[in-house]
Amino acid sequence: MHDAREASRVVEMLPRFVKALSSLRLTVVVLACGIVLVFLGTLAQEPMGLYLVQERFFKSFFVDQIAFSAAIRKASHLVFINLDPLPPEAYEAHPRIPVFPGGYLIGAVLLANLLAAHISRLRLSWNKTGILLTHAGIVLMILGQVFTDLMSNESMLSFSEGETRAYSEHVDRFELVFARDVPGSERELVVALPAALLANGSEVRRDPLPFTVRVQRMHPNAKPRQRAPMVDTNREPAATQGVGRKAILDPLPLVRDMDHRNVPGAVVELVGPKGSMGTWMVWGQLSGPQEVEVGGETWRMELRPERLYNPFTLTLLKINHEVYRGTEIPRNFQSRVRIDNPGTGEHREVDIYMNNPLRYGGLTFYQNQMNKEVLGPFSGLQVVRNPSWLTPYVSTAMVFGGMLLHFLIMLAGFVSKSAAGRSGTTPAGATASKKRNLPV
Amino acid sequence: MKRWIPWIVALVALGWAASKIVPPSEKGMAASEFGRLPVVFNGRVQPFDSIARNSLMQIRNRQSLPDDASKGTNASKGTMEATPWLLELVFKPDIADTRRVFRIDHPDVKALLGLPLDADPAKGDDGKYYSWSRLEATFPKLREQVAPAQKKESTTRTTFEQAVIKVNNAIGLYLRLQNTVQPMRTTNFAGELAAYQASIKPGVEAFKARMGNAAFDTNALARLLGFAQRYLAMDGMEAPLILAPDQRLKEGDGWLRMGDALLQASIPAPLFKHIVGEKPLPPEEVDRLMETVGTLPLHPGIARFAAISEAYRAGDAAAFNRSVSEYRALLERPFAMELAKATRETAFHRTEPFYSALVLYVAAFLLACAFWTGFSETVRRTAWFLVVVAFAIHNAGLVTRMLLEGRPPVTNLYSSAIFIGWGAVGLGLLLEHFWKNAIGLAVGSLLGFASLVIAHMLSLSGDTMEMMRAVLDTNFWLATHVTIVTLGYAATYVAGFLAIFYVVLGVFTPVLDEKVGRSLTRMVYGIICFATLFSFTGTVLGGIWADQSWGRFWGWDPKENGALMIVLWNALVLHARLGGLVRERGLNLAAVGGNIVTAWSWFGTNMLGVGLHAYGFTDAAFLGLLGFVAFNLAIIGLGLMPTSTWRSVRARGKATTVTGGKTAPAPAV
Repeated sequence: MHDAREASRVVEMLPRFVKALSSLRLTVVVLACGIVLVFLGTLAQEPMGLYLVQERFFKSFFVDQIAFSAAIRKASHLVFINLDPLPPEAYEAHPRIPVFPGGYLIGAVLLANLLAAHISRLRLSWNKTGILLTHAGIVLMILGQVFTDLMSNESMLSFSEGETRAYSEHVDRFELVFARDVPGSERELVVALPAALLANGSEVRRDPLPFTVRVQRMHPNAKPRQRAPMVDTNREPAATQGVGRKAILDPLPLVRDMDHRNVPGAVVELVGPKGSMGTWMVWGQLSGPQEVEVGGETWRMELRPERLYNPFTLTLLKINHEVYRGTEIPRNFQSRVRIDNPGTGEHREVDIYMNNPLRYGGLTFYQNQMNKEVLGPFSGLQVVRNPSWLTPYVSTAMVFGGMLLHFLIMLAGFVSKSAAGRSGTTPAGATASKKRNLPV
Repeated sequence: MKRWIPWIVALVALGWAASKIVPPSEKGMAASEFGRLPVVFNGRVQPFDSIARNSLMQIRNRQSLPDDASKGTNASKGTMEATPWLLELVFKPDIADTRRVFRIDHPDVKALLGLPLDADPAKGDDGKYYSWSRLEATFPKLREQVAPAQKKESTTRTTFEQAVIKVNNAIGLYLRLQNTVQPMRTTNFAGELAAYQASIKPGVEAFKARMGNAAFDTNALARLLGFAQRYLAMDGMEAPLILAPDQRLKEGDGWLRMGDALLQASIPAPLFKHIVGEKPLPPEEVDRLMETVGTLPLHPGIARFAAISEAYRAGDAAAFNRSVSEYRALLERPFAMELAKATRETAFHRTEPFYSALVLYVAAFLLACAFWTGFSETVRRTAWFLVVVAFAIHNAGLVTRMLLEGRPPVTNLYSSAIFIGWGAVGLGLLLEHFWKNAIGLAVGSLLGFASLVIAHMLSLSGDTMEMMRAVLDTNFWLATHVTIVTLGYAATYVAGFLAIFYVVLGVFTPVLDEKVGRSLTRMVYGIICFATLFSFTGTVLGGIWADQSWGRFWGWDPKENGALMIVLWNALVLHARLGGLVRERGLNLAAVGGNIVTAWSWFGTNMLGVGLHAYGFTDAAFLGLLGFVAFNLAIIGLGLMPTSTWRSVRARGKATTVTGGKTAPAPAV
């Protein structure tokens, strides 16, 4: 009885809800929120860094009070009030209270509003085709971006001239890798522990590793340095084994701007069947693996970026780094690369340069970095997997075509109307009174 | 007669602008002949004239200087043009150093350098411009301040630090230019050249013997190394590359600096840098360069420049002109294209099309305003003709720039200002064609004027035809994304300024009757539609370009965000109108808001110091932006006043308000 009344009330409210959802008032409010969000997100970029801004403003349902405050503090600089920026660690703090709609919420409401409007209000007719096409394109664009957010990933492939690579490396994810040779085989046995598993004080045991890994210290960003025995008397070496015996590992604050990377470092203790074997220092950019002997097996240990393996290899044949004559302005970065794909039997050479990426095997390779002076001829390619990369192209064409069609229909109406208006009266200007020179 | 007035005015305007194409006649030394010789600077072929103008612009914020002591040999009376200044700077530095060419405004920098704060006519100080002879003694004090300032991020520098760096850069450029043709402060380059040539043969023999650990003539080597050191220092100043590739050499090394070319005949610059430990080379490269030591002939251009130097110093106009044309003849065949380009660029700068257009826009704007105060249709037609002529000149300038650069219209912030003005004037003319009420003319000419003034401000930072960095080096995307998005900016401004006229005419004058109000609003609406189409398409094309270059369709870069805000704003305005949330007045006030959003996107985003599109800014630009935002907010505030206070509404004598029910409901679109 009670439930039925409740249900009927819901049914009664439904049309009102649909009406509200499909209303232009809602469209305007959502677009206004979008403008404010984009503005705040732009302001917060300098203090928070691009990645954090994307996470907390655009790729989230709500903007929390911390991110909001970062944007407001930056905004104050524009009007010479100069509030101090928040300290970097404050951005990670909790609790986070939603204070403004985020990108996902705005996108979702806009989508719902658009669909509701088309279902409930806008009728199909020839002179609405432009609008329909435009809106369909916008729906596709929003969905395409959601897919991109969910499914795309970026990695880096760096190599020197002559080197061959079958994998690219994650930009900000690292793994602790143990590897040993397999007798009678060219392959090696690899056990990889994602850095996310290696929290301070945790203990990890994985078959077939003959030891347990105890994490003594783990820093998301750190830098080792040579220990100077005379100066660093009050600092113990980072580890008892390997390169850590002569080094100190200093934690660094997390960096967020696009130009710097966080490189993790850790001190791990390996505990074998006979008890502790000592501690090792590992760091994301050490020049090579460290060796550990256990029961006649030699394991190589390394903290390195996570690898994404491809079923084909790329070989860097030659780089070309041009600057404009007499200046340091870069003119062209170009990598000549050979693709070898044993699966398809493909062997061919391609050029990758700015604005001319290589699309191959579901991946796109972009010329990203190049260096000739310091490390010898070296090239860095950005590798992107984005299954929905085509949607912006299609949706743009739809929106552009739709708007153009709509405005042409309107313009045709306007021109015919104003032509009719003009032929009906005396030529423009002549009707104007002497004091009012503003004829329509 | 009245019919012909607009035609006559237009012809006079056109004749005035076109007359500047003809080079001024020069008696004596033909500095302009020297000025149109091609050189390579900032990575591109350009005439000496452009280097002189752009440098003077950076140093002095002007393209010429007063010829106070008439020390110049062939400057027109009263002012000294850029090229004669450059000639004097290079060949008669003793005189050039006394000219007040450094503009210094910051009081703390003046105090640091011991310069008078205010003008002092008694001592000949104007309080703004200072000569190198005046600055030289205190230059070390400036250097002390420069190093720490340069270490800071450009966005965190104080105005003092920015000023210090600016003065330091100006001095650097000045000294660099002094090393263009001959080692700075050389008094007898021809004589020095002869001595150097004489020292090459014995010097090289001694050098080879020394390198092979055999006995060698110490004096001969010392003499040669003395020259070599002098020329290496000259080369290190990064002066313009004035010598075209030597046609007699199989492997030309491209354009050369004078220092480099001088060293090539004895010990090539890279080898010499290796020997003095400045820049080590791999052994095989050293061996290869050792083979060339003393084998290459002296570049034929060097002797010509020495002759030019000698003639200039002697004040021998005939010899100067002869030497310049001899050098031209040397380039004639192999470098015909470069010569032609340099000549065209010189003519372009001399003609100053954007300046002419700017003047005509002001005249047209004044005429349009006069028309509203009751002048006849002839006045409006004259304004129309003037805007057409100015637009044609603007257009010619734009196209010439494109041809000189081999690029689409917009390549940097400077050219975006030129292009926004062009687009706005074009739209204004289109509106005028339909409505014939001088509003399109007023808005077009005002925006044309304003954007050309902004372009002029932006040109103070140097060469406006700079080369494009690798990622921007694509004519396809520059032609599509950049052009379309910039037209979107232009359209949003046109709508915004039309709306400003709506508010101003409505509040302060009786002319905004219902018909005028409605027609203005229709213009605004039409232009916003146009702006939406262009800003959306341009923005998304930018995304597609980013996808092509970095694999990211959308990266939330400040400039991208700014463009997105314009799109969202325009979409918001259109939907608000459709939903009846705004009527006539509301639509206009929203369009004024579009000015703020566009200004933010165009300039504000460059001032945040992050992102791939940031090209740096000055404090003045930021204050200008704030002023513009405040102005538009004031207009919106004015427009929000009750319509009963509007003079136009009171003039209608009725109680109906502008937003009242009289306006037709928005057509269902």
